[in-house]
Amino acid sequence: MEYLFLILGAVALISGALVVFQTHPLRSALWLIVNFFTVAGLYLLAHAEFIAAIQIIVYAGAIMVLFLFVIMLLNLRQPEEELARPRLGLKIAGVTVALFSAVLIGLGFAKVKIRPVTEVPLGLGNTESVARLLFTDYLLPFEVTSVLLLVAIVGSVVLAKARLR
Amino acid sequence: MVVPVHYYLGLSLALFTLGAIGVLIRRNILIILMCIEMMLNAVNLAFIGFADAFKAIDGQIFVFFVMTVAAAEVAVGLALVIAIYRNRATVYVDDLNILKW
Repeated sequence: MEYLFLILGAVALISGALVVFQTHPLRSALWLIVNFFTVAGLYLLAHAEFIAAIQIIVYAGAIMVLFLFVIMLLNLRQPEEELARPRLGLKIAGVTVALFSAVLIGLGFAKVKIRPVTEVPLGLGNTESVARLLFTDYLLPFEVTSVLLLVAIVGSVVLAKARLR
Repeated sequence: MVVPVHYYLGLSLALFTLGAIGVLIRRNILIILMCIEMMLNAVNLAFIGFADAFKAIDGQIFVFFVMTVAAAEVAVGLALVIAIYRNRATVYVDDLNILKW
């Protein structure tokens, strides 16, 4: 189990680094698909089968198709973008973000007492229990989400269609 | 047998940092959007790890909502990229300095 986690995590990290450091956006998008699939595998390891399926369908399917469609639609003729010049401010900013996140997680370790997991709970992560919670306790956020998606559809159609002069 | 939650948090931190560095050092809007997606994925991974550790299913519900918001964000963001490319014929953030003072 842990070996599987370590292998999937290593693949996720390598593909994530390749997303950041590829020169062409198309290659970045393809490596991002690999990253999403490994993260879906990690969800499976954490007994979240429904979320893993949704991850593959929504992220690796719909969102990445949208990305690839836009990349090919733009048909970039300019020379491939080189990485930003190694300016000192950017390096400092990156390291600061990394250290800041590390400190936050460390504080989380110090404060939160993790209960030891003894056995795999029955039913956790299957579609039925997720749906039961989603349609009872989280019904209002679920409906608000549908409104958000409607707004996003209208907004993206308006933005991509209208000639903004 | 069961993967400890610290592993999930460590991997989530690494992926989030990678995405943040990508947002900071890249100049292509499309790659910046992809890195934002990677950061959202890292947060989802932390949620799932905690949901597994606490045997609670609420974390998975939150991941569901985060995915919905991410889908909406990508749709609007890519529409913005297309609109910008129509007007300015560029996808590089260095060329978009009209709001810079």
